[in-house]
Amino acid sequence: MAKHDIVIIGGGPAGLAAAVAARKAGIQDILILERDGCLGGILNQCIHNGFGLHTFKEELTGPEYAARYIEMVEAEKIPYKLNTMVIDINKEKEVTVINKEDGLTTIQAKAIILAMGCRERPRGALNIPGYRPAGIYSAGTAQRLMNIEGFSVGKEVVILGSGDIGLIMARRMTLEGAKVKVVAELMPYSGGLKRNIVQCLDDYGIPLKLSHTVVGIEGKERVTGITIAQVGPDRKPIPGTEEHYSCDTLLLSVGLIPENELSRSIGIDMSRITSGPEVNDQLETSAEGVFACGNVLHVHDLVDYVSEEATLAGTNAAEYVRSGEEKSNCHVVELKAENGVRYTVPQTLDVNHMQDQVTVRFRVADVYKDRYISVYYDGVQISKRKKKVLAPGEMEQVVLKKESFGDYPDLKNIVICTEVE
Amino acid sequence: MKEWNFDAVIIGGGVTGCAIARELSRYQLHTAVVEREEDVCSGTSKANSAIVHAGHDATPGSEKARFNVEGNRLMGQLSEDLDFEFERNGSLILCFAEEDRPALQELYDKGVKNGVPDLKIITGDEARAMEPNVSDAVVAALYAPTGGIVCPFGLTIALAENACDNGVEFIFNQEVKKVNKTEKGYDLETVDGVIHASYVINAAGVYADEIHNMVSGRKLHITPRKGDYCLLDKEAGNHVKHTIFQLPGKLGKGILVTPTIHGNLLTGPTAKNIEDKEATATTAEELAEIMEKGSVSVKNVPFRQVITSFSGLRAHEDGDDFIVGEAEDAPGFFDAAGIESPGLTSAPAIGVYVAEKVAEKAGAAKKAEWKGTRKGFVRPEKLSLEERAALIKERPEYGTIICRCEGVSEGEIVDAINRTLGAVSLDGIKRRVRQGMGRCQAGFCTPRTMEILARERGMKMEDICKNAPGSNMLTGQK
Repeated sequence: MAKHDIVIIGGGPAGLAAAVAARKAGIQDILILERDGCLGGILNQCIHNGFGLHTFKEELTGPEYAARYIEMVEAEKIPYKLNTMVIDINKEKEVTVINKEDGLTTIQAKAIILAMGCRERPRGALNIPGYRPAGIYSAGTAQRLMNIEGFSVGKEVVILGSGDIGLIMARRMTLEGAKVKVVAELMPYSGGLKRNIVQCLDDYGIPLKLSHTVVGIEGKERVTGITIAQVGPDRKPIPGTEEHYSCDTLLLSVGLIPENELSRSIGIDMSRITSGPEVNDQLETSAEGVFACGNVLHVHDLVDYVSEEATLAGTNAAEYVRSGEEKSNCHVVELKAENGVRYTVPQTLDVNHMQDQVTVRFRVADVYKDRYISVYYDGVQISKRKKKVLAPGEMEQVVLKKESFGDYPDLKNIVICTEVE
Repeated sequence: MKEWNFDAVIIGGGVTGCAIARELSRYQLHTAVVEREEDVCSGTSKANSAIVHAGHDATPGSEKARFNVEGNRLMGQLSEDLDFEFERNGSLILCFAEEDRPALQELYDKGVKNGVPDLKIITGDEARAMEPNVSDAVVAALYAPTGGIVCPFGLTIALAENACDNGVEFIFNQEVKKVNKTEKGYDLETVDGVIHASYVINAAGVYADEIHNMVSGRKLHITPRKGDYCLLDKEAGNHVKHTIFQLPGKLGKGILVTPTIHGNLLTGPTAKNIEDKEATATTAEELAEIMEKGSVSVKNVPFRQVITSFSGLRAHEDGDDFIVGEAEDAPGFFDAAGIESPGLTSAPAIGVYVAEKVAEKAGAAKKAEWKGTRKGFVRPEKLSLEERAALIKERPEYGTIICRCEGVSEGEIVDAINRTLGAVSLDGIKRRVRQGMGRCQAGFCTPRTMEILARERGMKMEDICKNAPGSNMLTGQK
């Protein structure tokens, strides 16, 4: 059985950054396993710009951003395998792998970094009624067919969901000559970044209809029309508000789901809210020596934060491999998300072994205006920061400093919440 | 204009037509199946409960009762001969009120009269012991151990392949527009030409009445009875192990909850009479009804894990029974009409019966050489790790996973395209090897599967269709 110190599952932005960080932390024996035909993951099909402002202080396209990390991986001579699918992982950290060249093999890892990314929610998950013709695409599938394969997927388009990929594709298809007739969003707010709504819809005069959903799909062979309707506060369609659009394509951008089939096969504790593993401040899951980062952990808006998170996971995995001993004298504190904060990543923090500071990322449950983000240690308010607007589509963060825990030797929990005043 | 000549022509490549074709291939007859879609299993056969019914529902003495029980009996051996997936998981018919006990007893009695083996009435507690998620309200249940689940695509495609291997021709994309009586038999006018046949077998599903009425004065009338379904993720597949029916009552036949042979959970169908024989659109009302009524029999069905919904049309004939056999006023014209539930179960038995009748009429002898077995698809996922490793060494394309949700490799997709009656569309590949049937519903694998199909068939990407011609995936080069 082949053996490696660190096996990284996924060669997208998370896996690449984790690999580079682990190498920089001194681990020589690293292997990246990528199921697609090249490194870079979904970034390769994101040919628009806007990546890298935080990481590289400049605006890059997706492939350019990916290329920066791929170059680092190549420069560090970190080995990777392409067209290689991991079909199983177990508690002993045996990774079962399948590809054309090696066939079916098992690799023994000392540490594993989960970086499998996420997938798009399909039509079926929404139970949209109607026919099942050709021309219904999740936005990312259409993006791949257009940007990688070089084909046109439709000429007249309705988009359901205002997630970032849907917004980007509205602009992309418009630039390629398609007519994007409307973007319908079930919620009373968009799930995408504000800048994408402005740059991808407003600038092209594409209407965004909030509190609307698709109630009918027509067409036997190919889509011929879509009916949308307004929804009430219960998110159910309001009879009499139906509007019909003739079109040949329906794009869906209705949410991303972390791809954790492998995490479940090891029996890792999962968060019901993020659909990703629960992790501590080292980004280590409930399975010792198994780390997670990027969209497999929780869905991000910006790749820059994925890289940052993955760098931490890579560094910590390296530390785990090097020290090789269990930590003693742990002081684990639970992070609680309350009052409008949906979740936190990480979910726990070890006060005694944490780095100088830990970035806690989270999303809010609704659109809030003029609210504070507050942090409490055992009921005592430690910090508050006013935000003009908080929205579920924009990931938030607070930074907890190690020194701030000095006064709380018996700390039991940390609460992160929103507050009106 | 094209012209074809055959001894026998079967109209319709659904499960019934393919079962008849496979049985007819035993005889020295030049036989064809003519299908309006691009593939077999493209109508009701692809959108149903995927259940092998035990046979207690049908009225004793009816054609439905006879063919259901016989079809159920044949299914086990057939699944071994033709290598498709079938399992007798047993079914439970739930009774929710003391006042309904007589109806449960009646169902039991009907089953016994129909010849259904091993039926048993059990208590609500016994039912819950067998199925912990069955409703607390259940007071009794009918247990039918011979009830089963089958892959409806697997069954239909296996029958078709075996028929084809034994000399039956398949003509696709040819809708039959008209049937004319001739001296020798019948002429079938299709969209592109004419098929001359001595014998015609009408297995045209919801259109069987129209085909029949072209040659017979004894008119049939088929109402498409639409049924919607919700299919749930494999994570929900163990929610029940048996097929859970509700006792047919005031609310109609009720919604079933069943595992599928592939390990998903399936709920449905609704029952709504419609006019349009093409109207396979699901509706919000019916999808809501499935969730409401499904929850009556089984607790906590995880409807959040629905991965797709679909609908199929039952071919309900006014006489409420199958019409199987030679039309009285149209010699040489055989019907397999009004084949609604339990049609999938009955197909193997209908196939045997109709083929015998046609052969008898034609005075056709059996072929000296006929191969009644067929090897199914290579399924690397079902192999041991060692066997799978050996397979990939021999054929490396089994090592490239294309559909990550269902673990389908490039080799399997190539097989789906290149074997007997291979797939020409994405849906054809999906029904053969389950590419795209998982939780992402083909989000990731669609582009790569299209590339493989284009490569293997020498097609342009723009010409690739989801199913029938016109269902093109792309609208051109960028």
